[in-house]
Amino acid sequence: MYKYDDYDQQLVDERVEQFREQVKRRLSGELSEEEFRPLRLMNGVYLQLHAYMLRVAIPYGTISTAQMRQFAYIARTYDKGYGHFTTRQNIQFNWPKLVDIPDILKDLSKVQMHAIQTSGNCIRNTTADQYAGASFDELEDPRPWCEIIRQWSTMHPEFTYLPRKFKMAVTGSPSDRAAVAIHDIGLRIRRDDQGELGFEVMVGGGLGRTPMIGKTICEFLPKEDLLSYLEAILRVYNQFGRRDNKYKARIKILVHEIGADTFADLVEKEWGHIRDSALQLPQNEIDAIKAHFTPPPFEVLPSLSSVFSDKVATDQGFAYWVKNNVREHKQQGYAIANISLKPVGGIPGDISHTQMDALADLADQYSFGEIRSTHEQNLVLAHVKRDDLYALWQKLDAYDLATPNSGLVTDLIACPGLDYCALANSRSIPLAQRISNRFGELDRQHDIGKIQIKISGCINACTHHHVGHIGILGVDKKGQEFYQITLGGRADEQAKIGKIVGAGFSTDEVVDAVETLIDTYLDLRDNKEETFLDAFNRVGEQPFKEALYGAR
Amino acid sequence: MTKQVVTANRLDDGLAVFYKADDSWHSSIDQASQVDVGPEAEALLAQASDEKNQLCVVGPYLIDIDKEGAHATPVRYREMIRTLGPSVRPDLGYQAK
Repeated sequence: MYKYDDYDQQLVDERVEQFREQVKRRLSGELSEEEFRPLRLMNGVYLQLHAYMLRVAIPYGTISTAQMRQFAYIARTYDKGYGHFTTRQNIQFNWPKLVDIPDILKDLSKVQMHAIQTSGNCIRNTTADQYAGASFDELEDPRPWCEIIRQWSTMHPEFTYLPRKFKMAVTGSPSDRAAVAIHDIGLRIRRDDQGELGFEVMVGGGLGRTPMIGKTICEFLPKEDLLSYLEAILRVYNQFGRRDNKYKARIKILVHEIGADTFADLVEKEWGHIRDSALQLPQNEIDAIKAHFTPPPFEVLPSLSSVFSDKVATDQGFAYWVKNNVREHKQQGYAIANISLKPVGGIPGDISHTQMDALADLADQYSFGEIRSTHEQNLVLAHVKRDDLYALWQKLDAYDLATPNSGLVTDLIACPGLDYCALANSRSIPLAQRISNRFGELDRQHDIGKIQIKISGCINACTHHHVGHIGILGVDKKGQEFYQITLGGRADEQAKIGKIVGAGFSTDEVVDAVETLIDTYLDLRDNKEETFLDAFNRVGEQPFKEALYGAR
Repeated sequence: MTKQVVTANRLDDGLAVFYKADDSWHSSIDQASQVDVGPEAEALLAQASDEKNQLCVVGPYLIDIDKEGAHATPVRYREMIRTLGPSVRPDLGYQAK
């Protein structure tokens, strides 16, 4: 993975000391809260319901074991012994004291981490496919390009005060696990007719109050033009994006209002001025970044492992975990292991400091010292020998990290909601826990099959509920928590916004409503292979609507 | 008449705190001064928001409470959670003590 050079380290170190002074000045009264707030937000420090919250950037979801151990240290030294992985592959600490945060940032800088680009109206931390460099269907590892974007965007003077925040995601596979179509800019590595690799550029995706799927404005962008083209997009947005209304300030509104074709023309015109500038990427620079992401030293292994096969045949618990959590790897003899942070009835995305330390040890032992975070609030060991899977599974199980539910109904995504978040209207986590408990029995989960439930505690849609197969939005109705359900959304390469199915449900009703939807699917599906989403797309919303509201 | 109290987050550690008219901040809502909605509440909020208090807390505001007397209960669920801690982690926040 990428290692800081002297410039990176100096920049981060100086930023820590700058923030230390800013905190001092706030505490002494030299800075008012109004003056201090934007400064703390630029360093990932939010003020939530119970305490400050520190959001730490995990560039493209790749974490070294040294970094994971540092998270564990921070959790037990400055916080309450745990962290929370977010839907943007970052980690949040829920209880840091403001007076400790400069020291926390200093500790993060020692492992080449920071909290820059996790808040404010800047280009945020770029996200990527969690299986980067491991997936069998990958055309190219997206992470060098994310790193190039990181270096270009971090503290970019022109884009520090954009109309609103700006999020990018990159995938190198045709199977989109990075949800690129719901980002301000989504990049998909693809081949042109000559077989060259470049980028399909989507712009104007996003959820929140006005959910939109990104529009492709460039079918194929040569790699060397990536930064000049991105800069052109950002310049057009910076110039024409609305600053008069926070709710209309995201790029999706601009693209929608003027049309994708007009937007693309404006970008093309701007690009003409800067395409051949210093932003053009020289091949040696691209190669230098790529050198940080060379594949680990894989062993040459047979495709079949008798150790693995024997254990699958004799240990049912292991067999279920393999079936649900293990994915095919591009390197023969290796596999991708998904580590669920969704124990049945647990808090999605939460991880204790002991689990962090244990996982770091396991990653060192079994996966070349590297861990990935996913936008679905789970973790991944991307390069595990098939022969090692059984030992890994046993050790994960000892730390309650072997829940075999990847992609199943209890692998649901939930934001912190009103239990922590100052913006939330309703709680998300308790609902996630109740749904998880209702469907927790593994045979039932297997019967239901692949399904994504996403729960947001407010319209900001941090969990991407609009693109959940079943999306749940918590609202405040006359002081009571109420939940609105959308159906048929998806975040993959066929991204689609789900439709609101009808009137919302009270806290007491909503789990039953979800069960009604799932039972309806089980009744009407063609066969066991037809997923919830496939069945919904075949029959439409009517049978589900009737099941939910027929009696009303 | 509806009663109100002033709440904020403490500047140095961010914890939810509640204001007493003797110019002190407390971690229990029961310690807070309860005032009538209107001029009395606005005056208390102004006092809690003065220059000196800006060095102690962030963002003072008024919340409605349900009961008078020893135990004040916030009307809004959001504020109830602030007085206790996360409903999903009874081991954390004020409720843990």
